[in-house]
Amino acid sequence: MAKEEQDKILNEVTESEYKYGFVTDIENDDIGKGLNEDIIRMISAKKKEPKFMLDFRLKAYRHWKTMKMPEWAYLDIPEIDYQDIIYYSTPKQKAKLESMDDVDPEIRATFDKLGIPLDEQKILANVAVDVVMDSSSVKTTFKEALAEKGIIFCSFSEAVQDHPDLIQEYMGTVVPIQDNFFAALNSAVFSDGSFVYIPKGVRCPMELSTYFRINAENTGQFERTLIVCEEESYVSYLEGCTAPMRDENQLHAAIVEIIVKDNAEVKYSTVQNWYPGDKNGKGGIYNFVTKRGICEGVNSKLMWAQVETGSAVTWKYPSTILKGDGSSSEFYSVAVTNNHQQADTGTKMIHIGNNTKSTIISKGISAGKSNNSYRGLVKVSKNCEGARNFSQCDSLLLGDKCGAHTFPYLEIGNQSAKVEHEATTSKIGEDQIFYCNQRGINTEDAIGLIVNGYAKEVINKMPMEFAVEAQKLLQISLEGSVG
Amino acid sequence: MLSIKNLHVSIEGKDILKGINLDVKPGEVHAIMGPNGAGKSTLASVLAGRDLFNVTEGEVSFQGKDLLDMEPEDRAKEGIFLGFQYPIEIPGVSTVNFMKTAVNEHRKYKGLDPLSASDFLKLMREKKSLVEIDSKLTNRSVNEGFSGGEKKKNEIFQMAMLEPKLAVLDETDSGLDIDALRVVANGVNKLKTRDNATIVITHYQRLLDYIVPDVVHVLYDGRIVKTAGKELALELEEKGYDWIKEENGK
Repeated sequence: MAKEEQDKILNEVTESEYKYGFVTDIENDDIGKGLNEDIIRMISAKKKEPKFMLDFRLKAYRHWKTMKMPEWAYLDIPEIDYQDIIYYSTPKQKAKLESMDDVDPEIRATFDKLGIPLDEQKILANVAVDVVMDSSSVKTTFKEALAEKGIIFCSFSEAVQDHPDLIQEYMGTVVPIQDNFFAALNSAVFSDGSFVYIPKGVRCPMELSTYFRINAENTGQFERTLIVCEEESYVSYLEGCTAPMRDENQLHAAIVEIIVKDNAEVKYSTVQNWYPGDKNGKGGIYNFVTKRGICEGVNSKLMWAQVETGSAVTWKYPSTILKGDGSSSEFYSVAVTNNHQQADTGTKMIHIGNNTKSTIISKGISAGKSNNSYRGLVKVSKNCEGARNFSQCDSLLLGDKCGAHTFPYLEIGNQSAKVEHEATTSKIGEDQIFYCNQRGINTEDAIGLIVNGYAKEVINKMPMEFAVEAQKLLQISLEGSVG
Repeated sequence: MLSIKNLHVSIEGKDILKGINLDVKPGEVHAIMGPNGAGKSTLASVLAGRDLFNVTEGEVSFQGKDLLDMEPEDRAKEGIFLGFQYPIEIPGVSTVNFMKTAVNEHRKYKGLDPLSASDFLKLMREKKSLVEIDSKLTNRSVNEGFSGGEKKKNEIFQMAMLEPKLAVLDETDSGLDIDALRVVANGVNKLKTRDNATIVITHYQRLLDYIVPDVVHVLYDGRIVKTAGKELALELEEKGYDWIKEENGK
């Protein structure tokens, strides 16, 4: 293929429009821009929260005011004016939804367009969905079916009303409010999210999924997810995210907390496709997320699988505290950056319990003028015997204007630990593409084939429907980026 | 089938091919021999559509169509297969997936529906036994970690899957031990029909003991300087390339 032809495809595809970028025309109820204690009281009052929630928020806010935005990440972020953001905005609709007919038809149409039907009959078998738009949960499906097994799957706001004791017991135990700048901010202003509780001995019979959508303008999305898995229980949880195309940057600062007890297992999968900004780097979501789980019980397991293709800036390190003896955690990640996107992402594995095990497989793909960094910490505490870690960080470059960086940190406090780290950097070669061409495969399909082959180890860890989606997303994000 | 007229090719301003003329008819096997640097691999690459090279003069028609005007993938789908001298590794992409994509692209080009998974696997089994390739190889990523011989066998397997009209085998014998050479040559012979043609590019006569050519050409300094029957290969084996060089005044 001629060079110009390749460039043409490159342009067509890398400049192709973000297909989730539409805006839904619905009335929103917001509280105006700005952040202060009155705003926080207003959010709490609007959500009719018990006093412990308001206290939690105010404590977080007071702490946040003393903090500075972290600057250690390999990211170039313009200063964010935290007073210029709307912290609470919710689609106007009836307070309590009794059936699907109560959901605003515009909102239903939005989610249909995104391929997330809210109608339970139409939903893929075995996936229950909680849908969060801007600051509120719109609808949770299959709630009754799950309740029969004692599983709680509802929006965070509902959980605060209906299960305040559980929220009070677990919220902030894995990610304390003073943990970091964005965690403190989220703790002060978070609006909604999902709550999952799996009782002892129960295997959740379906995938649980939360779909996050930012719609309103000038709005930040601050959601919070809390998953508690009692002894011998199991759940697989998925989250997906999209946002409209807007010229200004929007802030997304979420918290995920996961508690895994004795012999329990959690799989947490993410397909993050927030609006990445246009080809010149204008607009896009700033994605600052604190995700952390604790393997509290013996032989407990936590797996993270993520495909990150969206956001202008991603700052995200899903982490596991391996506290229970024999507990284990795996982290599988594909992070794609194109055009002017920046990602600084990785994981932290904190080994405390004896014979704990962690595996890290990170695959970075950089194209355009983007920068993609892996940052990972493996820490083995002094009294932790027999810890094992294997880390593999691979980077794939498309074109010669992008960057890939790896920042591994090892803090090994015990001699008995076995820690391995492997890293590779490769480029999609013209040779590989020509070889595919010569067998009858065009350049776009060849790149799709090669990139999906490269990311296979991670994609294979995702639930089926998600894996298919993730594969398509990878191809769309990158097609033609070799030139 | 293939007609090359006065083909001139350069790379970065340096002339590599300086007026090649070649006609290949269905059912024929042509051998192109010549010393290193004569332009043999360049000719193969240009036929396959590699864009590193500039065609400065001449024309190539393949089954009545202007070959030089086609994208590499369309040339492949028209029936040109290049057996690479150095087959490329594609980590993470299984040979099964790779071949399935390729075969279905060829079918789409011909207006046929894609093969079902079971039909595809059946086809693979047939072709594997035809070219005596080990099942283990096709379960691995394309060429990844293959030995030189395994890579070449994999090329012949892919050729069997794609059933080209014209196969151009670029130094397929290089780096092969005698057993692998026999397997590769047998594969090529079994795939030969009255309707397809093969161009075998080689430095040594050895391969031509197994794949018997109808015509042997000697390529030297960018030109075909001698064309004869299969006995020419033996003569070259005996006398080396020096007499060719002398005859051509260098």
